[in-house]
Parts: sequence; C-alpha cells; structure tokens
Amino acid sequence: MKRTLMAALVCAGVISTGALAADNVKIAVIDPLSGPFANVGEAMVRHVQLAADAINARGGVLGGAKFEVIAFDSKSNPQEAQNALKQAVDKGVRYINQTNGSNVAAALIDAVNKHNERNPDKTVMFLNTGAVDPALTNDKCSFWHFRFDADADMKMSALTDAMAKNKSIKKVYLLNQDYAFGQAVAKAGKAMLTKKRPDVEIVGDELHPLGKVKDFAPYVAKMKAAGADSVITGNWGNDMTLLIKAARDAGFKPMFYTYYAGGLGTPPALGDAGIGHLKQVTQWHANVGTDKATKHYEAYRAKYKDTKDDFYFSTHFLALEMLAKAIDAAKSAEPAKVGKALEGLKIEGDTGEVSMRADNHQLVQPLFISTYSKVDGKDVKFDVERTGNGFKSDDRVEGSETVMPTTCKMQRP
Amino acid sequence: MEFFLVQLLNGLAYGLLLFMLSSGLTLIFSMMGVLNFAHASFYMLGAYFAYQCSKWLGFWPALVVAPLLVAGIGALVERFGLRTVHKFGHVAELLLTFGLAYVIEEIVHLVWGRAAVDYQIPEALNFTAFHILTSSYPAYRVFMMAISIAMLIGLYLGLTRTRVGLVIQASLTHPEMVEALGHNVPRVFMLVFAAGAALAGLAGVIGGNAFVTEPGMAAAVGSIVFVVVVFGGMGSLLGAFIASLLIGMVQTFSVGIDYSIGDLAGLFGAQIPEQFASITLARMAPMLPYLLMVMMLVMRPKGLMGTRET
Amino acid sequence: MSEQRSGITPWIVTIALAIALPLLFNKGFSLSLFCQMGINIIFALSYNMLLGQTGMLSFGHAVYFGLAAYFCAHALNAMGQGAFSFPVTLLPLIGGVIGLLFGVVLGYITTKRSGTPFAMISLGIGELVAAGSQMFPDFFGGEAGISTNRVVGPKALGISYGPQIQVYYLIAAWALLSAIAMYAFTKTPLGRMANAVRDNAERAQFVGYDPQRVRYLVFIVASFFAGVAGALSAINFEIVTVENVGLAASGFVLFMAFMGGTGSFYGPVIGAILVTFLQVALSGYTKAWLLYLGLFFLLMVLFAPGGIASLIELHRPAWRARQLGKLLPGYVALLVPVLIGFAGAVGLIEMIYFVETSGGGEGEMRLLGVSVDARQPTAWMVCFALVVIGVLGFRQLRPHLLRRWDDVTLALRAAETRAPSAAVPGVGT
Repeated sequence: MKRTLMAALVCAGVISTGALAADNVKIAVIDPLSGPFANVGEAMVRHVQLAADAINARGGVLGGAKFEVIAFDSKSNPQEAQNALKQAVDKGVRYINQTNGSNVAAALIDAVNKHNERNPDKTVMFLNTGAVDPALTNDKCSFWHFRFDADADMKMSALTDAMAKNKSIKKVYLLNQDYAFGQAVAKAGKAMLTKKRPDVEIVGDELHPLGKVKDFAPYVAKMKAAGADSVITGNWGNDMTLLIKAARDAGFKPMFYTYYAGGLGTPPALGDAGIGHLKQVTQWHANVGTDKATKHYEAYRAKYKDTKDDFYFSTHFLALEMLAKAIDAAKSAEPAKVGKALEGLKIEGDTGEVSMRADNHQLVQPLFISTYSKVDGKDVKFDVERTGNGFKSDDRVEGSETVMPTTCKMQRP
Repeated sequence: MEFFLVQLLNGLAYGLLLFMLSSGLTLIFSMMGVLNFAHASFYMLGAYFAYQCSKWLGFWPALVVAPLLVAGIGALVERFGLRTVHKFGHVAELLLTFGLAYVIEEIVHLVWGRAAVDYQIPEALNFTAFHILTSSYPAYRVFMMAISIAMLIGLYLGLTRTRVGLVIQASLTHPEMVEALGHNVPRVFMLVFAAGAALAGLAGVIGGNAFVTEPGMAAAVGSIVFVVVVFGGMGSLLGAFIASLLIGMVQTFSVGIDYSIGDLAGLFGAQIPEQFASITLARMAPMLPYLLMVMMLVMRPKGLMGTRET
Repeated sequence: MSEQRSGITPWIVTIALAIALPLLFNKGFSLSLFCQMGINIIFALSYNMLLGQTGMLSFGHAVYFGLAAYFCAHALNAMGQGAFSFPVTLLPLIGGVIGLLFGVVLGYITTKRSGTPFAMISLGIGELVAAGSQMFPDFFGGEAGISTNRVVGPKALGISYGPQIQVYYLIAAWALLSAIAMYAFTKTPLGRMANAVRDNAERAQFVGYDPQRVRYLVFIVASFFAGVAGALSAINFEIVTVENVGLAASGFVLFMAFMGGTGSFYGPVIGAILVTFLQVALSGYTKAWLLYLGLFFLLMVLFAPGGIASLIELHRPAWRARQLGKLLPGYVALLVPVLIGFAGAVGLIEMIYFVETSGGGEGEMRLLGVSVDARQPTAWMVCFALVVIGVLGFRQLRPHLLRRWDDVTLALRAAETRAPSAAVPGVGT
C-alpha cells in the first residue's frame, strides 16, 4: 500500500501499479497538493492512508477487499476540485474525501449531486472530514454527503457552553475574518452567548478583511480600549498567529476562544505567544485523556518521522471505520446502499460513542475545549507539531449537547 | 487619549516599515521604469535568510548578512534577467519580475516548507520598552522604528553626500542626461537594484519576526508597496516617505473608526440596504489604500510629490 | 500583425479540429479540459485586444470575466425558479452585455490613463473588486460561491446541456464566433486606430483620434468578450466563486496571452491551449507543476519575449521559400542535448519535491517509470550529469544551427532581390 501511496503522491495516481485486485474500494482524496496549502493537503493524504492501512491490515472490507487511496490536487479552488472529481471518476473512484475548505466542499457536493443525477450507474459518495460550514448539512444537504467533523455552529455551541460556565467573563469582543465563515462565526457567537449569558456585555463585533491585515496592533488597541476580557474569533492561519502575537506585544491578555488555535502550522508560528490564554474547540486533541485517544497520534509519529506536520485529528479514522462498517453491513460497496447503512450508524470512537444523524448526515460526537499550554508531563503529556507546547483539556461537551436543529430536507434515491 | 497615542505609535511603526519596503522600489521604479513585482519577494527572502542565519549565527549577524545575501540575489536578477530583457521593453521586464515572484515563492515552499517558520524576536529585545498609561509598548517595535529611521538617514546621506548618490539622484529625474554625460548607467542600475533589494531584505529581517515568516508574506505586501510608490509619486523618495506614513496612519486609525456607510447615507437622509449600510470604515481599512491609489492616479497621475508621469 | 494573406485555411482547420476532438478523446476529464481551453481562448483573445493590440497592460481583466459569470449564474438560478425564460444557448450574450456594462463603468476610470498608470489603476480596481467580493456573500455566495444548474429553460432540438458533450459544442461554437468577431475587429478602423494608439499615441492624436477614447472603446469591447467567456465558464462549471474575479485569475490570463504571443492574433489561442493544459492536466502528473510553469514563463520572457507565435512567425518566411528543410537537421541535432538536459532537470526537480513532501525522501519514488531512491546520491548525480551534458551539448551544437540560419537568411534575401515582393511597406509600425 505504501507503494501505491507514493506512486499516487508522485504522480497523483497516474502511474498505476497494476498489482491491485479489481474489487478494491478506491477512495479519492481531493485536497490541495500544490500552492500555499499543499502541506495541509499532504498531511490529510497521510491521515487517510494511515486510516486505510489500519483497516486493510485487519482484512479490509467485504471479506478481503482493500481500501485504495488515490490523491488528487484540488488546488484549493472549487473549479479545479471539479476537474479532480472528473479525473477520479474516470479512474473508477466511487468514494471521495475532502478536508480543506468549505468552498471546495460546497462545490464538490453540488458536482457530486449533478454527477449522480446524470450518471445513476456510477454514483459517488462524498466523505467530508473538515469542511465545517453549517450550510453543508442544512440548506445544501445531500444524501451523498456525510460530514464527520462537527460543524461551526456545533463548535460554537460547545465554546459558548464553556464560556457560560465561567462567571469571570464580563465583556466579550468578537473579531472575525470578513468572509462567509467569519461572518457566520460572529453571528452564531453573538446569538448563542447572549442567550446563554444575558449578563455578558458584547463590547465589540468587528470584521477584518481575510488575510490582508499585516499588523493587528490597531485591532488589539481597540479591543483593549473596549475593555474586553474575552475574545471570540474564527480566525485561522496567519490571521490567527498575527492576532495572538500582536496581543502579546501589547501586553493584552484576554482569554481567546477560537476554532483554529491548533490548526496545522499555527503552533510553530505562535511559539510561546498565547500560552495559557488561548482556547480551542476540537473533536480531538492529544491530551483528551482516554487511552485510545493517542493511539493514532503515536502511530502517525512512528510512521511519518520526518514530516513537519503532525497527527491533526481523528475524523479520517472515524470516516473510514464507519465506511468500512457500513460497506460490510450493506454487503456492497455501492454508494447508494452504503449511504443507507451509514444513516444512524453508531460506532465507538477514540473519545466515546459517535453516531451519524440520518436526517442531515452530520456526525454527532463529543467535543473538547482545550487551552494552549506548555507540556508538563501531567495534564499536558503530548505536544503538537513537536513544539513543546500542547493543549490542556478543560471541558468535554457530550455529543448530545451539540445537536442542532436542521433545515435539511433530505432527498433519498 | 491612551488609545490615540497607541494608535499613533502603531501607525508610525507600520508606516516606517512600509517605507523600508517601498524606498528600494521607488528607486528602481523611478530609475529603470521597472514595476518590480518581485520586490516583495526580496522582503520575504530577507526574512527567511534572517531566520536561517539567526539559527546558525544569531540575530545580530543576521541583521547584516541577510540583506547582503538579498542584495547579491538582486544584483544577479538585474545582471542576468532584467538586462537581457531590457531591449524588449518595460512589459517584458515587468513580466520577468512577475514570473520571478512566482518562482521565488515556489522555491521558498521547497526549501523552508509551506507553513510558517519559527522566527522569533531575539530575547535581548523581547521586553516592554515603556508604558502609555495602561498599555505596554514592546521594545522590538521601538527597535524597528529605530532601524527604519537609521536607514532613512543613511539613504539621505548616501544620496546627497556621495558621488554615486548624486548620479543616482540625477538618474531619478533625468536618466537620459546622465547617460549622455558618460556615466555607466547599467552599472548604476545594478547597484540600485541590489541596494533596493537589500533594503527590502532588511525590512524582511525586522518584519519577519515581528509578524510571521511564511511563503505568503510576499503576496500579502506585494501590491501595497506599489500603492505607496504610485501614491508618493515617481522619482520622489520624500513622496514615498510621506505616502508610507500616510497609508500606515490611515490603515491604523480607520480601524478605530466605527462610522459606517449607513451613517454617511443617514447624513444625507438616504436609505440604503442593510448589507451595505453595515459596512464600517474599520471593515474597509485595508481596502482604503487601493481606493486612494486609484483616485490619485485618475486625478493626479504624477502622484503626491512626483516629477513625471511614467 | 497577422498576415493579410493567411486566408481562410487556418479557420477551416480549426473548425474541423474542434468538431473532431471530442470524438478522439471522449473521457469525461479530457472533454472538460477541452471546454476549459475553449473558454480560455475567448478570454485570452479578449485580453490581447488590450495588451497586444492597444498596448494596455491590465492586471484586472478577470473582474469582467468573473462578474459576468456571477450574473449568469444568478440568471440561470432565476430561470430555474421560473422567474423568466431564456435559451441557455444565448446566455453568453447576456454575459457579454454584463461585461460590457462593467467595462463602460470601470473602464472609464481605468482608461483615463495609459502605460504604467493604467496598469496600476487596473491592479487597484482588481484588488477592490476582489476584496468586495468577500464582503458581500449575498451576491458572491461567500466561500462557497454561487452554484447553479445549466439544465433549465426551453429544450431545443433535444439539447438540454446536461451531458458535457453538448456543453463542449456550445463552447466551441461560441469560441469560434468570438474569435471571428475579434479577428474582424482588428480589421475595423477602430481596430487599426488601436494599433496606432499602441505604437504612438501622440501621432494618433495628430491624425484626429482621441487616444483615450480609442482605449476606452477597445476596453469596452474586450470586456464584452471577457463577459462571454465568463458566461460560458458559469455554464461549464455550474459554479462561480470569488476566485473567478481575483487577481490570480487576472494574472493567469496575462500568462496565457503572453506565452502564446501578443504580437499576432492567433498567439493567445496557442497560449490558452498550452497554459490550460499545463494548469489542468500537468498537475495530475506532478506536484511541481507550479514551478515548471513559472520556470517556463521565465525562459519564455528571457529568450522568446514574443511568445510562441513569434517563434512560428520567425520560421514563416523560410517555410514559404521551402527552406525549412535546411534548418531541420540543425534542430533535430539540438533536440538531443535539450531533451537530455530537460530530463535531468525534471529528475532533479521531482526528487526535490519528493523529498520535501514525503518528509525526508522515505519510501520508493518512481521517475518516468523507473524506481529511484531519493536518499542515495546516485540518482542526484545522474540527473545533475544529464543537465551538464545537456547544457554543454547545447552550446556545442547551437553555432551549427545559427550558421544554417545565416545560409537560409542569405538565400531568402537573394530570392527577394530577384523577385521583389508585392507587399506594401508597413505604415507606422
């Protein structure tokens, strides 16, 4: 399988190794393999490969069929992702997986719907492991799409639950990127927080352009002038790093409640900035505390010793484990049958039981709030991306508490 | 008052950094007419070289070594790239730098990876310089400003007190005349290009750790430096200086202003849709420079202090 | 500019090719590749009206392409909800009109200046529109963009535009029509004046034409065709995203026009086909495609700044005079070191990428079907040696080809003096 992966990585699967059985289940990973996010895409391919290896090692599915992972370049661009989908379909792929970017995911859902409508004999299923736009399981929901990460609203619900418990929070500032995701975070954050804690004052709700701000010092000065003791932000990448660094420089130390403090590549750029006052909400982190939680993390580090990235989260394992279980239950690798078997499916994940909602195909799972901290060998045993810093578990929010109402009107084949 | 003072300092620091970036570009642009799209790439290379040097040698040697390395690369680009395509006109020169920016970014991806590198402020400068009432001001920002001002003085002295400087100054306004007087203009070009690259590299050394050193940093400042140069005016370093500070201040202060388009329309008693009305000046802050540039070009293509149009 | 006598043959060949292509390559992916080529041909040709014909270097041409695409996606959606009815076949016309309208508004500001200020204004407007597109998710659809369904409206002759092949022929037809229209434009007085404004604006003014007005009109026409391409893109992808109006898209059309060659009408067509292929298909073979594209672009700027078309034009006289055969052996000989050096360079680049992305070069790597161990120095040395051999061989053999060129040039001159050509000396070029 390693051979296949490498060939796939080098040539995106064009050079076939020719040594594979015909009934293998092909999974196309459509993520950026070139351009600024290629490191993330490569890491995601490794995650899927590791998950596939684990299942193949114990005999695969349907009594011997193996998962075969093929990587395609989405170039972080919705239209290019459609090209990749066409290439994948030409190669007989019936399952696609994507993690990076809700824009790409939305385009893929649409393209998959149209493809399946126009080619009912070659239907394709989309396993989403990281695009968190709530619309994907609401207005845009599709029978062919299953999401294994918690959506932005579920994460916000978990974040605001944690904030509601902390009585020292008095003044909250919302700073977000001025685009669909950031605007959604600001809206949900404001609505949920005022409902759960009417006594908390929202002292600012600011949007800044996506990826254009070089110096966050003016924003920090404004937040400080507003007297904020907590900040909610959906920022990621440099917008995250620059914000935290600017806050540190100005000696401004509120608690930051974030989605992507631990995003791949962010902790190394942060260094020690933000230690102790930077929180994130995730479906997994290394210091969750259950025995199984670090199993994949250690396997990843053992297999990919020299990569700059690290094991990021366990959604790929959940996705492939559930897919394997559904395929065996359906006794077929036909996406329409597997889709029906996936609906309502429950498995025991690394952090607890998870289940796939039948009404909108959103996975329900425990979420964790954690704080960016120095490794201390006690609460923080494992670091992220070999920085010596890791995340300390604060709160565990059970899956049942994160269930959101849905507007999805599922149309089944 | 505290807020105002802090913002003033922030604006000043940002403006000075912009000037470091754009001073080299102004020189190159005015003398050679080349819109150097790779200029911001030199800034990025400066940051990455500094990161590497500070890992091996420490930050202080990096402050000198990194700009020199960037200058060397700049000289090579001028000698073997721009000079070759010079005969094909400005568009070819511009496209060369355009392609170079692509390639440099891709090479940075290969050498240092795609994620940000851990280039941090040196311990010796990692403390609070002073307090403005309750706000602390970091020493490193003071250091950045000091370097920028030192560079400004150095540039001024170099241009007004040395022979080469005088030739460069003359080339800024009367390139044909200088050539007619028998000066080796190509060599002056190479020198200026290398010096411009070094200035951008220096900006990278001190900007890379204050902000983030990552492969997208060139693209992030790529077009803003053009705004400064165009806004300040062709052939005018002073114009670039004023434009840098102005844009630094505009960007910084507009963040603090919550007046929205709706408020503006309200003044005239107009009703506009909510999605437009809710846009505050703060939200538009990073777009303002481009608006300013377009307006300036339409009204006064010479720029603020420019001496000629192209 | 292109030859008057080039005649109708190339057009017929193009039409025949356009009809035959999908019959030869009928996989889903190749078909969608052809569709994108067709769209980019229109886009690149419209860009060349600015750069090649009028000398306006724009960094914001994707604004007109993208905005038209957005409006057409919204139009398709409105049609899907039964708001109005309009044949999809003619949708590119709507796109064109949208592009034209934006060209009228934004072009007025942009074309106030020429030269570098023009380039900077177009860059500024491009940045403003790109930033604005993020701020208004209602119209631009935010991150997800606006998705749509092209299977709407009245169905004529059994054409629903569901199957990709029907969309291909729609794009091919529009590409041909647009190309003919744009070619015809170069022959109009306005097209001629555009060339004059490009070459010498002052002289054009003396003749009585306002250069600013000429630039403005050409800009509007170019925006129209960019809009046509944008509409076709909306139909083809059934999704429009903010990337479509972005600076990268504007940069890419510049790439296409320049690589193909801005000096002739057909140059951008070649550029569009080549760059689209490299962008869409090359990424399927190698992760280093961005680097290859960048290096290729640099080499073109350095050694063939007139684009591929200029290389073709260079050989045209020799071909006419049936002297090309004399050059052929020289080229074939030169091809050997070029291929050797190229193979070495590709090997090096691929190995660097492999080491970078696999985390230290673990595992097996396949290079052109050969298994390579990137951790051993052998492979690196072999590739490096290939590059050196290639470069040395090239330097050795080049004088030979140049001598042949001198022979051919002499022969051509001799033939010219014997039978003076009937061509009228070019005016104002």
